[in-house]
Amino acid sequence: MPAKHCESAVVIENQPVADGIFRMVAWWPYPVQAGQFFMVRGWDRFPLLSRPISVHDADGERVVFLYEVRGEGTRLLSEKKPGETVLLSGPAGNGFPTGQIRGKVAVVSGGIGIAPLLLTVKALSGCAVTLCCGFRDKSYGLDAFRPYVQEIRVATDSGKEGHKGFVTDLLDPADFDAVITCGPEVMMEKLARDCIAKQVVCYVSMERHMACGVGACLGCTHHTAHGAKCVCKDGPVFRGEELYA
Amino acid sequence: MLETVFNGIAMKNPVVAASGTFGFGREYDEFFDISRLGGICSKGLTMEERFGNEGERVYETPSGLINSIGLQNPGVDAFLREDLPFLRSKDTAVIANLGGSTIESYLEGVEKLNETDVDLIELNISCPNVKHGGMALGIKCDIAYEAVRQVRQICKKPLMVKLSPNAENIVEMALRCEEAGADSLSLVNTFQAMAIDVDKRRPVFDNLFAGLSGPAILPIALRMVYQVCGAVTIPVMGLGGIASWRDAAAFLMAGATAVQVGTANFIKPDICLDIIDGLEQFLRSQGCRSVSEIIGAARQ
Ligand SMILES: Cc1cc2nc3c(=O)[nH]c(=O)nc-3n(C[C@H](O)[C@H](O)[C@H](O)COP(=O)(O)OP(=O)(O)OC[C@H]3O[C@@H](n4cnc5c(N)ncnc54)[C@H](O)[C@@H]3O)c2cc1C
Ligand SMILES: Cc1cc2nc3c(=O)[nH]c(=O)nc-3n(C[C@H](O)[C@H](O)[C@H](O)COP(=O)(O)O)c2cc1C
Ligand code: FES
Repeated sequence: MPAKHCESAVVIENQPVADGIFRMVAWWPYPVQAGQFFMVRGWDRFPLLSRPISVHDADGERVVFLYEVRGEGTRLLSEKKPGETVLLSGPAGNGFPTGQIRGKVAVVSGGIGIAPLLLTVKALSGCAVTLCCGFRDKSYGLDAFRPYVQEIRVATDSGKEGHKGFVTDLLDPADFDAVITCGPEVMMEKLARDCIAKQVVCYVSMERHMACGVGACLGCTHHTAHGAKCVCKDGPVFRGEELYA
Repeated sequence: MLETVFNGIAMKNPVVAASGTFGFGREYDEFFDISRLGGICSKGLTMEERFGNEGERVYETPSGLINSIGLQNPGVDAFLREDLPFLRSKDTAVIANLGGSTIESYLEGVEKLNETDVDLIELNISCPNVKHGGMALGIKCDIAYEAVRQVRQICKKPLMVKLSPNAENIVEMALRCEEAGADSLSLVNTFQAMAIDVDKRRPVFDNLFAGLSGPAILPIALRMVYQVCGAVTIPVMGLGGIASWRDAAAFLMAGATAVQVGTANFIKPDICLDIIDGLEQFLRSQGCRSVSEIIGAARQ
């Protein structure tokens, strides 16, 4: 059996969970790992490219996406009704090596960067997880995390909820054995550099514009300490030192 | 029914994965058995490893893709060592796409490829994403003629020259390449294009210009393939925006012996299989016994 699949998946649910944020559940009977993503297509010819969307959750039968409506592609996805299909190619990329992580773990997100982290905290079952998440005004999607984390710390840009300011204000990496992060690149870079300085293992999930999502077009190449890497195939998860050392 | 002979190479079908859109096959082999393809063109190879261009490399347009990859590749030696054995283990024609910026670098590359079991060399005289060289070769007939002539003298493999749609005169260019000894032609490569980020008030690509591909270019590519097939006597692989069996059939009917599928692989990793199956069904429904019956069918 091929390792990857390109198939029409039937949508089971597709509902807004906050302003402009949707949660889609679709049938997907194949294994998926935390931090992987799919190239998702909910339309025929336009837009031309499929869109990379992370796995929010999965159970071997279903896959869940949490996505923000940004432009035409995500808008078309948000219009999908239960019973309709989306074309999924994947799972793509290397996720978080959750099996190798032990002890106290900080999971840090900015905005929709929270999407890949639910399956991640589920996979970190032997660890003590602190979730630190930043949002613009209001948090979303956090209830699903509660059973799997010891503590949730929230920061917002506006101060309407939790700490007013950066999510990186909410933690000192030195208090943890490992840090996992997904969000805006400036936030991840700041955090990863702090981790490197304090010798804390840090995993960063990168974002890049992607055409193929499989490692064929070389459109998402990124300089790393180990040479040129495809964010889609060799990532999207990298060790902090690979990117920022 | 789809069996095709191209420059003496027996192919299962006339559907070939285009250079730069299929890596060295491994990534797509995770989705389907790439032995089902008629052939695979390697990513454009250069003598030395190249990192490619800085900055944004892909930009989507309505129905198109602009790329500025800049021939990122591991170099001919690494290809021969690490990728060719894998491709050869598959039952499909292997086409080595050779890029370069000077005639000397082409000659060096051809010498290396001569000693291997690649089926065909596709000489890319048309990459718009490499500064100095590349592009001028693809635009000026006289420079192209000289490059192809010198390569032909030492090349022991069938030689397919990949033409740029940016050539000053595509028919003239095709004729000169034929005259210089090309065994076949492939066209088209990407169209020189650009994009501007209006929020930043800056061009999207560090290199300013980059190459447009995808469905947006199909009608122009088809016109060029039609014109070239009317002018030359050597076989042609047609490409540019092919994303369905109907698109592929159109290029065959324009006179191409085979087709290449590029950007469409990004839409759906196994789209080539849809195209192969669709062509076969179409031929059956038309009562054809061989794909050769539709080649050039639309020519007057
Ligand atoms: C590996 C990976 C995983 C992702 N996971 C998620 C996820 O789980 N949930 C989610 O909401 N989003 C995710 N994204 C981002 C998502 O792919 C983009 O928001 C989406 O492609 C936008 O498409 P669009 O057609 O709606 O908007 P477009 O009109 O294409 O773009 C709208 C805006 O989004 C930007 N954009 C477009 N594509 C990307 C991209 N690939 N990366 C970054 N910015 C982009 C554009 O520059 C533009 O500013 C992920 C991206 C990557 C690379
Ligand atoms: C991302 C990308 C990389 C490419 N790299 C190469 C290359 O290395 N060598 C080459 O001859 N053509 C290259 N091409 C051009 C394609 O092989 C093809 O000629 C062109 O994209 C038109 O076909 P299409 O519309 O089916 O994609 C590349 C195209 C794309 C989109
Ligand atoms: S998106 Fe094509 S190589 Fe990563």
